[in-house]
Amino acid sequence: MIAPDQGQAAVEISHAANTSGRPVTIMASRSWRGRLALAGADLAETLRLWPLVWTLSLLDIRLRYRGSLLGPFWLTLSTAVMIGAIGFLYSRLFHQNISAYLPFLSISLVLWNFISTVTSDGCICFTQSEGMIRAMRMPLSLHAARAVLRNILVLAHNIVVIAVVFAVFHTVPSLASFSLLPAAALWVVDAMALTLLLGAFGTRFRDIPPIVASVVQIAFYITPIMWNPAMLTHRGLSDVLVTWNPFYALLEIMRAPLLGGPLNHAAWTAALGYSAALVLLAGAVFARTRARIAYWV
Amino acid sequence: MAQLRIENVSVRFPLYHGESRSLKKTVFAAASGRLGEDRKHRLVVEALRDVSFSLRSGERLGFIGANGAGKTTLLRSMAGIYEPVRGRIVIDGAVTALLDANQGMNLEMTGRENIRLRGLFNGLNEAQIKQLQLDVAAFAGLAQFLELPVRTYSSGMIVRLGFALATAIKPQILLMDEWILAGDAAFMAKARHRLETMVRGAEILVLSSHNADVILRWCNRVIWMDSGQIKADGHPEEVLAAYLPPEQFAHAMAAAEDAV
Repeated sequence: MIAPDQGQAAVEISHAANTSGRPVTIMASRSWRGRLALAGADLAETLRLWPLVWTLSLLDIRLRYRGSLLGPFWLTLSTAVMIGAIGFLYSRLFHQNISAYLPFLSISLVLWNFISTVTSDGCICFTQSEGMIRAMRMPLSLHAARAVLRNILVLAHNIVVIAVVFAVFHTVPSLASFSLLPAAALWVVDAMALTLLLGAFGTRFRDIPPIVASVVQIAFYITPIMWNPAMLTHRGLSDVLVTWNPFYALLEIMRAPLLGGPLNHAAWTAALGYSAALVLLAGAVFARTRARIAYWV
Repeated sequence: MAQLRIENVSVRFPLYHGESRSLKKTVFAAASGRLGEDRKHRLVVEALRDVSFSLRSGERLGFIGANGAGKTTLLRSMAGIYEPVRGRIVIDGAVTALLDANQGMNLEMTGRENIRLRGLFNGLNEAQIKQLQLDVAAFAGLAQFLELPVRTYSSGMIVRLGFALATAIKPQILLMDEWILAGDAAFMAKARHRLETMVRGAEILVLSSHNADVILRWCNRVIWMDSGQIKADGHPEEVLAAYLPPEQFAHAMAAAEDAV
């Protein structure tokens, strides 16, 4: 079993990382400018390591379904079963026409699933990678990007369900669907910001994950996901839950054009406003905590 | 030319007591206006205090010192994992750190997948990753185990995989903790041969060990760490003579002579 001595082979592959030839300086930075620059460098390094992020996320999903017959298609199947079951039950309960309700529900649930797993994975994105963080120097935002990309891959499996529901009920998206591209980009940016923010807090305060889980649970019921805001307009309640709900704005910029509606300007304004606030907050928190995360995990 | 400079580095670990680490306590402390005081009175462990030295190509440094003297923390800081609270670290050259046996490997993934991830981390292309897998498999002698999850490996196999992985991608600066001594005798000989070819190529080796004859054999400079500070820095024989009781020193010298 012992192979011939390969001692010389070590020279064949040279270290490609850090070939820039520039020495790396690590120092405690107390100024905000220095901290932001380091956080920016961290993000840039993650972008450079894009193939690693991709492989890690792909392996995460493959690992979850290793040895199972359907593999990752369990994701699609379980979503389909859930949407089918809830759709038929709730369309009766809410007295809704199923051909309008099911397309609405399928988009809402699939997108909400993404939000919910991004928040729960986000809280543990650093603590889960403890071994990697303490073994070598790598950009910390890489662990956040891995969690986000993993959830995007799960989302991609679930989009199949939406497509099937749309085909069955002949739902036609409106011309405003061109806005889905910027909306998707906004979602990716928000998911990354949320993951970095929750990751930093979740590492420092171990109570954060359960708190976030229960907040997300409540948000699920008060946000128009299972129910359509049109169902509550006569009660006045929906106004609060719709107008001041960041989740509603973000869902609506994706949902409205897909269901054949026009571009919702109010929702876009709100979504952009909430996203800007989230990105600023996440940027500040990440810049402040980046250097300490290795001590906390 | 690789070099490594440590300038007035201090590292502190905040001690979060089981309770004080929770949000509850912080929120209550903030609510009762005690947060500021809490911060100032926060218990910290000064793991490194104002440590300075520099290393040039060809230097093989050994760290000695009692448990908890700051050897591993210093290695982690030199690898850029712990960022210091004061001072700075200048790293010129590609660093590989062998600090714990798992090496940041994902235990659920197979050996081959872990090698691939390391290759991607180092920016290798597909052909180089293939080469890396062949090289690591041959050196670690794990050919038929590479398709199995790392969690099924014995601890010796994990050490061999970690060492092969860390040294197959030729580092300019290699930082090692003493766990490498867990390998069997045949592997130790191979490991030593590979390290020696590497160090001959004018690279930097930093080794932390309790084993005096390993230090004498492999190092040409020794730093004695004591409660987070450098107590002595110099030629291995001089520092070890001061560090060890005379009979142990004589024993280590004899063992090192034998091995050469």
